[in-house]
Amino acid sequence: MSEDTSTRTSALGDLKKIFGSGSSNLRQFGILFSLIAIILLFQYLTDGLTLSSGNLINLVSQYSYILILAIGMVMVIIAGHIDLSVGSVAAFTGIVVATAMRDWNMPWPLAILLGLVVGMLIGAWQGAWVAYVGVPAFIVTLAGMLIFRGGNQVIGNANTVPVPDGFTIIGSGYLPEVGPNTGYNNLTLLLGLVIVLAVIFSEWRARRVQKIMGSTPAPLWVSIVKVVLLCSVIVYASILFAGGRVGTSFPVSGIILGVLVLFYAFVTRNTIFGRHVYAVGGNKLAAELSGVKSRRVNFLVMMNMSILASLAGMIFVARSVASGPQDGLSWELDAIAAVFIGGAAVSGGIGTVIGSIIGGLVMAVLNNGLQLLGVGSDWVQIIKGMVLLVAVGVDVWNKSQGRPSIIGLLTRKKKTAEFPAEPPLVVPDSGTPESARPQSTLPN
Amino acid sequence: MSSDHVILEMRSITKEFPGVKALSDVSITVNRGEIHAICGENGAGKSTLMKVLSGVYPFGTYTGDIIYQGRNVHFKDIRSSEEAGIVIIHQELALIPELSITENIFLGNEPTKWGAIDWITAKKTALELLARVGLRDDPDTLIKNIGVGKQQLVEIAKALNKSVKVLILDEPTAALNESDSMHLLDLIRGLKGKGISSIMISHKLNEIEQVADSITIIRDGKTIETLNVVADGVNEDRIIRGMVGRSLESRFPDRTPHIGEVFFEVRDWTVQHPQVAERMVVKGSSLTVRKGEIVGIAGLMGAGRTELAMSIFGRSYGNFLSGHIYKDGKEIVLKSVADAIDHGLAYVSEDRKALGLNLLDDVKRSIVSAKLAKISSGPVVNDSKEFGIAEEYRKSLRIKTPSVNAGVGKLSGGNQQKVVLAKWMFTDPDLLILDEPTRGIDVGAKYEIYGIIQQLAEQGKGVILISSELPELLGLADRIYTVFEGAITDCIPAESADPETLMKSMTSARKKVQSI
Repeated sequence: MSEDTSTRTSALGDLKKIFGSGSSNLRQFGILFSLIAIILLFQYLTDGLTLSSGNLINLVSQYSYILILAIGMVMVIIAGHIDLSVGSVAAFTGIVVATAMRDWNMPWPLAILLGLVVGMLIGAWQGAWVAYVGVPAFIVTLAGMLIFRGGNQVIGNANTVPVPDGFTIIGSGYLPEVGPNTGYNNLTLLLGLVIVLAVIFSEWRARRVQKIMGSTPAPLWVSIVKVVLLCSVIVYASILFAGGRVGTSFPVSGIILGVLVLFYAFVTRNTIFGRHVYAVGGNKLAAELSGVKSRRVNFLVMMNMSILASLAGMIFVARSVASGPQDGLSWELDAIAAVFIGGAAVSGGIGTVIGSIIGGLVMAVLNNGLQLLGVGSDWVQIIKGMVLLVAVGVDVWNKSQGRPSIIGLLTRKKKTAEFPAEPPLVVPDSGTPESARPQSTLPN
Repeated sequence: MSSDHVILEMRSITKEFPGVKALSDVSITVNRGEIHAICGENGAGKSTLMKVLSGVYPFGTYTGDIIYQGRNVHFKDIRSSEEAGIVIIHQELALIPELSITENIFLGNEPTKWGAIDWITAKKTALELLARVGLRDDPDTLIKNIGVGKQQLVEIAKALNKSVKVLILDEPTAALNESDSMHLLDLIRGLKGKGISSIMISHKLNEIEQVADSITIIRDGKTIETLNVVADGVNEDRIIRGMVGRSLESRFPDRTPHIGEVFFEVRDWTVQHPQVAERMVVKGSSLTVRKGEIVGIAGLMGAGRTELAMSIFGRSYGNFLSGHIYKDGKEIVLKSVADAIDHGLAYVSEDRKALGLNLLDDVKRSIVSAKLAKISSGPVVNDSKEFGIAEEYRKSLRIKTPSVNAGVGKLSGGNQQKVVLAKWMFTDPDLLILDEPTRGIDVGAKYEIYGIIQQLAEQGKGVILISSELPELLGLADRIYTVFEGAITDCIPAESADPETLMKSMTSARKKVQSI
């Protein structure tokens, strides 16, 4: 009977599989539904403005750098840390790169490289404090927040430094027009097509792997419905992106974001390093006793975050055509909010890249929709704060009730009805009550 | 029976945890002004009994009566038992290191004047209390700046402040050196003179012999006997006989050992306590393991068994001081857990939940987690290999789980332990160190785990088995080392081992044994 329990899932359950494995996918599934609901709500409230070409293009280029931060942040949070310095690191890198291009006439591709190196050095600095000295990341990055904000203002004399045209492509560039005049941006359409094919291929491969593993995949119609649904969304989106004002199309920053999402989703899910990040965050002592070098993991995670922060900073500078002293202010909060809305646990060990991106999109759509409606930034902040609180509150409450989410509740009920579970665990933590002493990290 | 000189009587106390009967029909009678020792093996139910008495397990969660000063009492928490004058001092002291002696003595019980703490009264009382326990330190000293022995005295002063009538001491001298122990025992004797009864749980039988007036022996959650030290002429041997005198049931699978030559050896292994530099948790210990052999390590709680094992396993506990490890005739240096795994060592921790598993993970990921490289091409983990391997172990070890995709946190203790065993079997070790592999596991799963352990030995692997349960060691091991206070005190072949000889070597420093 046990063979079937895992695989014979409902269509709903199968849809969840798009978003990785582990216990957090129910949560992500819920948040995806919320995202769709919010989009539809604003689509209605703004009379279709939300899902217009112009707005969608704007949305991607305006929030891509926050989403890039969320990718790094979720890994930091999975490992059990936090990074408050990302906004300042982004601003610092921005001013260094802008100054290098202005004062040393550094060519822009080289400047991007320089920016990444700066991010790497900052990350190594902060990572060393966290991993090898053992200072909590909260403190290290709080210090970093001050240090690099100040550093930005020292280098730029608290002034704005403009960047040359070539550089701006990473922030405000679009896929170029090529090929015959179709009335749409051909490359964007092509990109959509490639993604559609990739979705079909990955679904086919997933089914094949399931068969190899000896488990029965979900019924074929489930897969077909899933693929058709996903593909129509992609096709619709690519037509929207391709049909914008002449000269605009899918933003370059969106492509950078997409590549990073794919890369990091793969790293966290399918590599040894990814496993180690979850292991260190889930139970550091157990991980160490399994041979995981937790210090190295912590160092790399912190370093990676700063590299992504520097990239986000450069994209922002490129988009606003100048680096200024106020760049990246309170970005860390947006990134952290995205990660937690996306289902990560404050105590570490839980979270996914895809979930955080969805969480970030929820915040982005909310922000964007409220702006379209003409809601003032004061109220936008209040609403965003409430959304964060409620999203995580519902999650925590559900967990304390022993169910992952409302969606989880639905699927779970069904499951328990179909497959009576093993008798519940009856043995106390440590069989002999004598050994039920206070938990300590030291052996007896 | 009930007369003026009986202060406390616990009658037919039965306490059940789901699936385990920790105490069954236990009775004990404590006289006014006597020192009453409770003896028993690890897990016999001593601490549970004391938790019932002190209200940690409130009235209603056990059956039986507690008659205290002639009245039937129902304690609902520690506070109510303390108000009645029954104070428990735990093995892990409940003092706050960053507060002063005075502040600790009055914690939760502060004398107040107009709503503010009356420090003058507090300090005056503290000085009196400290004088009573023979501690001459400034009451403003922070707890962290005085030694464990003095901390123990502060705990007693704190109890005296609550006008204690029955003082419960759980392993009071476990962490103390010789002279501190003597002082403490003298103090307990002195309290007896002032009419305060003490209930003492201790593994140090010589101390019990010295100070106790009567002894109640508990075994497997049952009262075995109550001895009067003077009248019955009790000595250590007599106590040990009472503690272990049970028959060994045949609850171990049959096995004919096929033992090869020595392939693993630890010599003169000495390890420092991670915080207290002068304390050696492992002292000059040596041991050998042969291929296909199950080597038992017996010792009481706190004797240094786990410390020995973890320090061998890539120095994962304490500060390594000196010693050598030889494997297959060559010396190896294991500086990290990764080194140890690479050299074919595996360590199954006694604390499955805190040290053995990531409870957020699922079964398949847990099983491969100690050697991911084995199923990876470069940095990328191969999912289908992972699934296949997890399925193999699920079937061969009969892990009861809805699927290998289920979270390990939801499995029962026995199945979690099987996952941990699978995880280490997957690393293909030559030597497995199993630390309390059956702790907190029901009988059926225990039997299966014994079978797995024997199979591993049958495959020619060496197994070091650490266990608090003597029957388990006697039933499984081919040879048993005993550990006392960080040192190996004896090495007994299974044929000639019995609970009494083991218990003797586990409770006293003996000849230093060079491994056979």
